[in-house]
Amino acid sequence: MTPILELRDAGFRYRRAATPALEGVSFAVEEGRSLGLVGESGAGKTTILSLLLGLERPTSGAVLFDGKPLEPRDRAQVRTFRRSVQPVFQDPYSSLDPRQSIGRIVGEPLASLGITAGADARARVAAALEAVALPADAAHRYPHEFSGGQRQRIAIARAIVSRPRVLLADEPVSALDVTTRIQIIDLLAELATAEGMTVVMVSHDLSVVASLCARTVVLQGGRLVEQGDTREVLGAPRDPYTRRLLAAVPRLPA
Amino acid sequence: MSTEAASQAHVVDVDGLSVSGGDATPLVRDISFRLAPGERLALIGESGSGKSLTSFALTGLLPAGLTSSGSVLLDGVQVVGARERDLVPLRGRIASTVFQEPLTALDPLMRLGAQVAEPLRRHLGLRGGSLRRAVIDALVEVGLPEPERIARAYSWEISGGQRQRVAIAAALACRPRLLIADEPTTALDVTVQAEVLALLERLVAERGMALLFVSHDLAVVSRMAQRALVLRAGRIVEEGPIAQLLTAPRDRYTAELVRSARELDAALEVS
Repeated sequence: MTPILELRDAGFRYRRAATPALEGVSFAVEEGRSLGLVGESGAGKTTILSLLLGLERPTSGAVLFDGKPLEPRDRAQVRTFRRSVQPVFQDPYSSLDPRQSIGRIVGEPLASLGITAGADARARVAAALEAVALPADAAHRYPHEFSGGQRQRIAIARAIVSRPRVLLADEPVSALDVTTRIQIIDLLAELATAEGMTVVMVSHDLSVVASLCARTVVLQGGRLVEQGDTREVLGAPRDPYTRRLLAAVPRLPA
Repeated sequence: MSTEAASQAHVVDVDGLSVSGGDATPLVRDISFRLAPGERLALIGESGSGKSLTSFALTGLLPAGLTSSGSVLLDGVQVVGARERDLVPLRGRIASTVFQEPLTALDPLMRLGAQVAEPLRRHLGLRGGSLRRAVIDALVEVGLPEPERIARAYSWEISGGQRQRVAIAAALACRPRLLIADEPTTALDVTVQAEVLALLERLVAERGMALLFVSHDLAVVSRMAQRALVLRAGRIVEEGPIAQLLTAPRDRYTAELVRSARELDAALEVS
């Protein structure tokens, strides 16, 4: 089966940077197999996300979408791509426009991607809000009326309203309290099953990746050090850096 | 033993501490605890629980517009209602705070050595060669490589973990009896967090300091303290030995917190 998204020997160097942010990274996102990208500061996690979102082009290697290189000038491909891959960001306080109603925020991809409008759009927004367990009247309210966890639900509703195949989430629970964190992880897992969506998640938190992702990619200093099934990567890590990362995670006493 | 001697046995003695901003409901309500030298207590809570405000109130560092009531005795000196100039001699010498974000705690325009020197000059009156030696000693003690180079550097020239080590060196330079650590590793990478926690553990043990460790992270807390207060919406909902909070929480909110933390922790048991 052709992967939905793939990085093939991808490298990236920011303008005027002495060293590349990413070097020779290859991995594939397969349909239905949620994938976690883990690593510490400077690992290249954010750079990979901007490549996968098509916000940056690799300076070497390629990004493939449904087996074809992502080509910003191919408007038909860009349209399909935007409908298929939707982002969720870390901070639900800065990622929602405070002056727009929740209905408008969640419905925005339907309008900007030209998917649907009017009553049909309103019905899709209501369905998305229901899927993230927010009350239907939320559509008429504004971001400041919601807590951090609820705001992240709103951001997820916006991401799923266009029924994407891939949800690209950048540290989606890092800004949340631990009790809320569990609820959002459970929600993402449910949506992945119910909507047939593949979640690609960047996280510095191994327990979050272990909770949600079938596959794990470990990055260090812009290079991929290990990848595979989460069970194997975290259960029997082969690379010394993965082992060091795992050993450093504070654990609860039994 | 006289009353004064009894309170002197505790580095900090908090009794009925509340923090409020004007006529609104108090943000922190009726907090009481005491710490003897060598004791390690955790303040656990999520955002908005009042854990940071409580720790700020101990050294009279509340944000403008907020006032405290009740009693906070720091080495026998009343902090609540005290004049700023009476608190200055206590900060850094009796109690020191290490904050979450070392970039905001350190002045970007001042060389790091000068920032570590400042409390040594103010409290201990060190000058010249003895001041320079004390700064280098403080940087060596927190495990920084090339202390001379770090002393001449600025905060933006070193890594996040090194910055937190410098902030710890400055906080502990005058050998305070109480260390208040407010989410000291939350902004750090996990491997760096492990190193900084080990450093704090060692310094607190070696010097017999009292430690107030403020955190939302139960796993970190269980490593750093023996006892904990659980705060929710400004009130203590439960207190006791951490082992007991983790295995037999009595309060519903504590139970929810423990259940969530256990669920995430269990996810790591993948093999």
